[in-house]
Amino acid sequence: MSTAIPPLSPPLRPTLRQRAFSERTQRTLRRRRVVNGIMLGVFVVAAVVAVLPLIFIFVHLIRLGVGSLSWDFFTKMPTPVGEAGGGLANAIVGTLILIGVASAVGLPVGVGSGLYLAERKGASLANGVRFLSDVLNGLPSIVMGIFAWQFLVRPVGHFSALAGGVALGAMMIPMVARTTEEMVGVVPVALREAALALGYPRWRTSLSIVLRTASAGIVTGALVAIARIAGETAPLLFTAFGNQFWSLSLRQPIAALPLQIFSYAISPYDAWHSLAWAGALVLIALIFIISLIARIATRARFSAGGGD
Amino acid sequence: MTVVEAREGDGATLRIHGAAVGDRVYAGAITFFALCVPLLLLAIAWELGVAAWPALHRFGFGFLTSSEWDPVKGEFGAAPAIYGTIVSSIIALLLATPLALGVSLFLSELAPRWLRQPVGFLVDLLAAIPSVVYGLWGIFVLLPVLRDPVMPFLRDTLHLDTTGLFTGPAYGPSMLAAGIILAIMVLPYIASVSREVLLAVPRSQREAALALGATRWEAIRGAVLPYARSGIVGGIILGLGRALGETMAVTMLIGNRPEITASLFAPGYTMASLLANEFSEASSDAHLSALMAVGFVLFLITVIVNAIARWLVWQVSRGASGRAA
Repeated sequence: MSTAIPPLSPPLRPTLRQRAFSERTQRTLRRRRVVNGIMLGVFVVAAVVAVLPLIFIFVHLIRLGVGSLSWDFFTKMPTPVGEAGGGLANAIVGTLILIGVASAVGLPVGVGSGLYLAERKGASLANGVRFLSDVLNGLPSIVMGIFAWQFLVRPVGHFSALAGGVALGAMMIPMVARTTEEMVGVVPVALREAALALGYPRWRTSLSIVLRTASAGIVTGALVAIARIAGETAPLLFTAFGNQFWSLSLRQPIAALPLQIFSYAISPYDAWHSLAWAGALVLIALIFIISLIARIATRARFSAGGGD
Repeated sequence: MTVVEAREGDGATLRIHGAAVGDRVYAGAITFFALCVPLLLLAIAWELGVAAWPALHRFGFGFLTSSEWDPVKGEFGAAPAIYGTIVSSIIALLLATPLALGVSLFLSELAPRWLRQPVGFLVDLLAAIPSVVYGLWGIFVLLPVLRDPVMPFLRDTLHLDTTGLFTGPAYGPSMLAAGIILAIMVLPYIASVSREVLLAVPRSQREAALALGATRWEAIRGAVLPYARSGIVGGIILGLGRALGETMAVTMLIGNRPEITASLFAPGYTMASLLANEFSEASSDAHLSALMAVGFVLFLITVIVNAIARWLVWQVSRGASGRAA
């Protein structure tokens, strides 16, 4: 690239006009360099400022949360105001149950529609569904909550874990659908063709060759979706509702970590505040463990040479 | 569907026949699952619409413009909640957009390779924190900080009270607090879309500008940003969609008072926080229906905002692939 340009002619003395021009250029160049420096500095500052809240939140979570964490927190039930101790065992189990119900609803539908989107790429129905699933993904979770209330709680007459799980599962559908589509999309066509050439019917090719090849990516996507809904509170306010007692029934109201954090945070009691911080720490830890597994799954997939 | 031709021999024919049935079942199943998405949206619109109908029918257009929300008297006007939703979202976007743009430009144009992934990961992490944890942090960390140094500083030291936006007592729970927490929450969404769009800008664009003697900033302003503009706008609108419907953190910080006040220090209400607060204790059918109407309005607004955002981002990615070819 760096070929030296040969001098065209012996150097001449610059004329006055040329000298004035070059001085002006020098001056504007200096200004332009200063502006450049300032703007680049602004970007660096913006990056630092954007990361700061995260660091603050983590520092506070750990400082205030770790102190209230104990074995009791995981094994004991919530205690009434004024009684020392107590834990959130029921809320932790409740959250896990809600995640289970949500996955049972959201994963099959999400993976199924993702398969459709990938296999009918370009069809007008596929384009419509893809667009609508993005719209669904952007729907406020509280709207999903009142929908689930109207759909599953109002007719029955009482709150239930099932309604909460369905609300969360509905939120998973668009996320899972889009990652499934992406992951199925990067499976080499040759693989599919090889299976078809060996006489596999299309449906078996899709399920046991294509879907299986893409499975690591789909699992990652599913875990990311689970991590996102695990901390949702708004859809549970009028569906799962929360429960001070031990309950595993899907037809009864059930406790959940985010709900418990919310009611403890807005309560006036210090003991409950520290339980809220501990609950938040556990919730974040749960979400990060799920995301970490997802990341490891992705890395395994990439190092195995699959995908893009 | 099946292009395989039947050959002689019962076994093969049978197997192919079976395959055709299997194919049809499979195609039917995935089509059914795919149709679940539009059906779900339709069901939401229908259920909310039906439940909201009594209130919408009774109050008509006044439901959106009346500012009296009094469940006891049976008067329901959603104007304060709509106003609060819009104002808190605007504050959030005003604070978050420059930051998000700065981060994504830093990541796409400046940062050394080894720094890109960690910083990008940290910004993405902001999106992983649940709303209720933001609310908890807001109540116990952000509000005290706002109450003591920040709000008096804005009002008395900078004399911003003359603008009318920063006046009144500094209690803490306020439109400003909600806007700030929303800004932190939508930042990762705007940043990730803009980063993606910026990384999609072809290298040749930057190199051409630099070769013409532009400084790095001039290359960004003249060549990179115009190329990525509508994608970035799409990202901002996507962030707006998030901000409009965000519930828990806002409910915990906005003070929940159904009044329209110009001062950002005063408590307010948003549509989502109104629902979160009053839905489970709705006293009458009229109250419930009014809340459903609020939910319906929120649904419509976010569907429209998201549709616009997706359309913009989709256009850029399509345009980019078209132009790159």
